[in-house]
Amino acid sequence: MSQTPTELRYTKTHEWLRQEGGEAVFGITWFAQDALGDITYVELPRCGDEVKAGQPFGSIESVKAASDLMSPASGTVIAVNDALENAPETVNADPYGEGWMVRVALPEKAGLPKDLMEAGAYQAHCEKEH
Amino acid sequence: MADLLTPLAQWHKDHGAKMAPFAGWLMPIQYEGILAEHKHTRTKASVFDICHMGEFLMTGRGAAGAVALALTHNIATLAPGRCRYGFLLNEAGGVMDDCILYRMGDEEFMLVVNAACREKDVAALRKRLTAAVALDDVSDATAKIDLQGPLALDVLEDVLKGTFRLPYFGFVQQTFKGEPLLVSRTGYTGELGFELYVPTRLATELWTLLLSHEDVKPAGLGARDTLRLEAGLALYGHELDEEHSPEESGMSQFLTSSAPFVGRAPSFPIRERLVPLRIEGRKATRNGDKVTLPDGTPAGRVTSGSFAPSLGCVVAFAYIAAPLAGEPEFRIPAGKEPLVAKPTTIPFYTEGTARKKLA
Repeated sequence: MSQTPTELRYTKTHEWLRQEGGEAVFGITWFAQDALGDITYVELPRCGDEVKAGQPFGSIESVKAASDLMSPASGTVIAVNDALENAPETVNADPYGEGWMVRVALPEKAGLPKDLMEAGAYQAHCEKEH
Repeated sequence: MADLLTPLAQWHKDHGAKMAPFAGWLMPIQYEGILAEHKHTRTKASVFDICHMGEFLMTGRGAAGAVALALTHNIATLAPGRCRYGFLLNEAGGVMDDCILYRMGDEEFMLVVNAACREKDVAALRKRLTAAVALDDVSDATAKIDLQGPLALDVLEDVLKGTFRLPYFGFVQQTFKGEPLLVSRTGYTGELGFELYVPTRLATELWTLLLSHEDVKPAGLGARDTLRLEAGLALYGHELDEEHSPEESGMSQFLTSSAPFVGRAPSFPIRERLVPLRIEGRKATRNGDKVTLPDGTPAGRVTSGSFAPSLGCVVAFAYIAAPLAGEPEFRIPAGKEPLVAKPTTIPFYTEGTARKKLA
């Protein structure tokens, strides 16, 4: 049932990153939303905020749990999925699509952090945690 | 020690439940999802595996008198066929457990206790009950299944082919497959509902029979917790503990007994009061969070808190220092912005069908 799109890059803490030119979109994985259960609240940064790889860029809560959202890469927030404020359950329903969280502008020269995983490695990581 | 398993553990596993340890037992937390199970219980009917809870029988000459001294329950006005909520207190007046006492006969009682408190409850009751009163811990032999929701009566009458138009906190003893079945009109969700007790070996049969009704789905401890919190019902170990008296936890209305029961006059003053709080928005507060006044003065701590699915806001209980318990507004530090918490009344959710008059 799990889904791990191959075009994305993944963190150990179950966030995903989709690179689109000099920008990147972040969200959480299918595995993460399944582990959290029904999501009731998503707290996201504001446009213009700087986020740092490996540091929290927001937080997420389900009925039973609360967790920080860890940034897969550093950059400047240029768009935020405001729809999640009133419909956080979208993250459960469509974690890689409508449930996206922020779009950041990546710094010009720096590449993506080296510890981001490809789909295969991430899947193996999830199987270990299960 | 490995987690204990209820007689329904295999069923839960076969039906994809997420399981987690609770009070020494491996229990189903959710099946399809907490929010869906919560909503189903508020609109139709759900079954809950509550086999982990403890049941004691207390019988014999003098049982009524001894029970009246051991527990806070008012026995004088408890008729056979009725049950009542109350407490087992320690000598100092702190709450050792909250429990429901069923009166089967003049000298015949059943006490239903929290799983985590079972051992200490048995030990305390053995000391308090006189030799003539037999205390029998029948927890292992007894399965408890809760059927809760506005359609619970229709479901029960459909599948058991009987009539169950009981008053609130009334019960009947019948048979199921030739074995004893006790059905009480009680529950922990704020909805019309029943708690069913059968011998452990019949648990799966009764569970699947209830689920054979098209309006019934299974619900886990996750939904049980959001449902009970919305209904303003206390959870032992959170709102109730040995450090607080029933009065501190806002339970004075249950202390109607005139018997000199153990813990009747607490040895400590009222230091804190349990305050129900409402917080607008979706960001939740949780057990252990600190509570302050708007100016930052420490005031207390949260005992339970959750997004309330039926209300669309967050609700919580908090112990607040007694002199501050009447303040109109509190803050709960949380991330960038503190949460604004306002005292309210319980039940938080007022549309529940629990007390509905049955024609």
